[in-house]
Amino acid sequence: MPAPIRLRELIRTIRTARTQAEEREMIQKECAAIRSSFREEDNTYRCRNVAKLLYMHMLGYPAHFGQLECLKLIASQKFTDKRIGYLGAMLLLDERQDVHLLMTNCIKNDLNHSTQYVQGLALCTLGCMGSSEMCRDLAGEVEKLLKTSNSYLRKKVTLCAVHVIRKVPELMEMFLPATKNLLSEKNHGVLHTSVVLLTEMCERSPDMLAHFRKLVPQLVRILKNLIMSGYSPEHDVSGISDPFLQVRILRLLRILGKGDDDSSEAMNDILAQVATNTETSKNVGNAILYETVLTIMDIKSESGLRVLAINILGRFLLNNDKNIRYVALTSLLKTVQTDHNAVQRHRSTIVDCLKDLDVSIKRRAMELSFALVNGNNIRGMMKELLYFLDSCDPEFKADCASGVFLAAEKYAPSKRWHIDTIMRVLTTAGSYVRDDSVPNLIQLITNSVEMHAYTVQRLYKALLDDISQQPLVQVASWCIGEYGDLLVSGQCEEEEPIQVTEDEVLDVLEGLLVSNLSTPVTRGYALTAIMKLSTRFTSVNRIKKVVSIYGSSIDVELQQRAVEYNALFKKYDHMRNGFHLSLLMIINFRFFVVLSSFKMVQVCLSCLCVVPILQANDLLDLLGGNDVVPVIQNTVSTKPASAGGELLDLLGDLSLSGIPPMTAYNKNGLKIDFTFERANPNPNIAVITIHASNSTEADMTDFVFQAAVPKTFQLQLLSPSSNVVPALNQGTVTQVIRVLNPQKQQLRMRIKLTYTHKGSAVQDLAEVNNFPPQSWQ
Amino acid sequence: MKVNRQGKLRLQKWFTSMSDREKKKIIRDMTTMVLARQARSCNFLQWKDLKIIYKRYASLYFCLAVESQENELLALEIIHRYVELLDKYFGNVCELDIIFNFEKAYFILDEFLMGGEIQETSKQIVNRSIEASDMLQELGGYAAGCPSLSPPRSL
Repeated sequence: MPAPIRLRELIRTIRTARTQAEEREMIQKECAAIRSSFREEDNTYRCRNVAKLLYMHMLGYPAHFGQLECLKLIASQKFTDKRIGYLGAMLLLDERQDVHLLMTNCIKNDLNHSTQYVQGLALCTLGCMGSSEMCRDLAGEVEKLLKTSNSYLRKKVTLCAVHVIRKVPELMEMFLPATKNLLSEKNHGVLHTSVVLLTEMCERSPDMLAHFRKLVPQLVRILKNLIMSGYSPEHDVSGISDPFLQVRILRLLRILGKGDDDSSEAMNDILAQVATNTETSKNVGNAILYETVLTIMDIKSESGLRVLAINILGRFLLNNDKNIRYVALTSLLKTVQTDHNAVQRHRSTIVDCLKDLDVSIKRRAMELSFALVNGNNIRGMMKELLYFLDSCDPEFKADCASGVFLAAEKYAPSKRWHIDTIMRVLTTAGSYVRDDSVPNLIQLITNSVEMHAYTVQRLYKALLDDISQQPLVQVASWCIGEYGDLLVSGQCEEEEPIQVTEDEVLDVLEGLLVSNLSTPVTRGYALTAIMKLSTRFTSVNRIKKVVSIYGSSIDVELQQRAVEYNALFKKYDHMRNGFHLSLLMIINFRFFVVLSSFKMVQVCLSCLCVVPILQANDLLDLLGGNDVVPVIQNTVSTKPASAGGELLDLLGDLSLSGIPPMTAYNKNGLKIDFTFERANPNPNIAVITIHASNSTEADMTDFVFQAAVPKTFQLQLLSPSSNVVPALNQGTVTQVIRVLNPQKQQLRMRIKLTYTHKGSAVQDLAEVNNFPPQSWQ
Repeated sequence: MKVNRQGKLRLQKWFTSMSDREKKKIIRDMTTMVLARQARSCNFLQWKDLKIIYKRYASLYFCLAVESQENELLALEIIHRYVELLDKYFGNVCELDIIFNFEKAYFILDEFLMGGEIQETSKQIVNRSIEASDMLQELGGYAAGCPSLSPPRSL
């Protein structure tokens, strides 16, 4: 049988194929030849055949029949065979394959081979893709090899140890003795990998971290030598000596200095030195500066150093290089909570980045801009953000609109400005506004009593222009339903009142009902608005006619409403005026989700008792004033606060699911962290425990945490451990939230916090968007 | 991962275990996203919970997918260093070199990175190691004490 064709020959042949079909034919032919060659146990050409197979595998063709051949190659004595064999193993024999473990013995032998390059191959394979079982079996060999003085091997073994620790964390202790004098190496490769090993150990174990803190002076010294040393051709990159090692050391320093005053102080000088002396003309210098800034921000650095770091980021923002601007925005976003004032100084540069052409930069700039909005700059910032909303890509509009609403709610300088801002968003990006915004806006408008006339007038005018944007239409319909009387009586103070008759208003609302552009939800709003006007307008007959027409509508929702409104006309005419106002507000908010199948007449009767007791605003407060989904609070207030709190705290400290905890809110000394669990047996339920802590010197009393989520989720809030958040972080208040997420959509939450601090009541709203993906996927 | 402008994969190295289907999907998604990027955009993309750093050299895109806490600017340097190593080894490397000598490209990568971390920061040392291994291969590289029975066969 002729010798199998060479690898390069095969590659050349395959590349001549002009169609996919032709290529597939060639590949199949060659695979057949290779298969029969394997069957004949041909030692001489096995290597060549496997190499060809690997090439075909890279093109996307199956190569599993070569797995055992790789094992045979690894076991061979020839270096060429081993090289290709191990390459094949790394490409075809990952830990999911059954035959993966068969490699173990070969690797073990090769770890002790007399030729260092063979040892290198074995170490590389183990260190890149060894399974946990393999790592367990061979950890002893790795540990032994760590003692070698051969620098070529030492660096490989060290990274192999890192991989073993990642796969089998319990084995970490085993490598501790070998870490003595790790840093007294001169060889950069060994030094670099040693720093990686130390970093891995410190990240995984607080004990190790404490143990290795004593290395800080040594690390500082090494870094200093790197910076001060002259030109070293071996490690030089654009005039900087071994930037990879510098960055790694900076990262380790970050981990060691975090939360520790002494260590942080020991590194202050070197950090300042790196920050001021590094060349910024090339990317490599900026990479080091970036890592330095991250380190400064994370440790307990003195304030001068922190300001220096933020100024570096500010300079980055002005850099021509997009990558550097992107990186600056990302870092500033991380630090804006803790160093708010320093970041504020760069606000105008950040706002300019909104106009950047690059999508990644725009997004970061938008997030950062929202984080920087406060009572002082709200007017200017909002102008920029609204301009951004007008011109940005659709992918941003929803988030931007939400951000604008939130910021406006918190910092609006006047009601008029607030309403105007909302109008602007609704008219320019109305179709991208989130569904949950509509009830929020309605509540807002309700609360701005003196602006009702102005609001309804503006909304009416907007409707005349454009009825395609559903959220705008829904809010407008609702307003007209509520305040139609103000509209026709021409009572507006803020601007020139328009002249409009009852019939014109009804024309517009009826137009919404028949228009193709209106969604069923919008039609519902329109019909309800028409109904409400029956108590405000005089042309009741016209309204009665419209309502009765829709009693036979195809849309079930609409039909049901119409029929029930009709019943109201007929049976309860005398009551209509009395409780319409609050009642229909409830219906609109679908507060009684469960009762939607009930006839409204029954609801009317039951509400008769409810409504006189509660004012409209109280109802909305019960809802948390936020979203459509009701929050069912378990108010078991008789439970002793401390016992419940401890239990919840215990649960809170275990991150059972491996989902990382996150900080949801951190302002004015109040910090709220979320920790996660999965509830068994239902994997669609995420159990979140909030931990509220207070770093100010006064207690926060009457602390109430409320949360609301979008429509597709359901939320259950259990009772909190207590309602006093003690000062100076002396304790935490915990509370458990259970979120049902059957559609596995991205988790978002709006939270409302109220408490009394130093005698005054504080209230705040925030959106939580930074949930880790594992909590909702 | 190295992909050329038509989206053909030239090299892929995985440092975490995944099923074949997942790998194919990731490659497909990444390739589509990277090739769609405009000429002067920044070199970083966010994809699910990974950051993708890519750089184009002539007809090849070099992509790294890293976890969120990695230093992106340094990742660009890592890509550049790998390209320099290839360049030194092949002498003015071009895509054809990598196609016809893909196994060498892997060997070089394995001397530079391991388990997702850098193992050697010196260009010269990496090059010397590769040359020495090649030499060993040329000489028929048997284990010590085992006589060479036949001249080495090229692949």
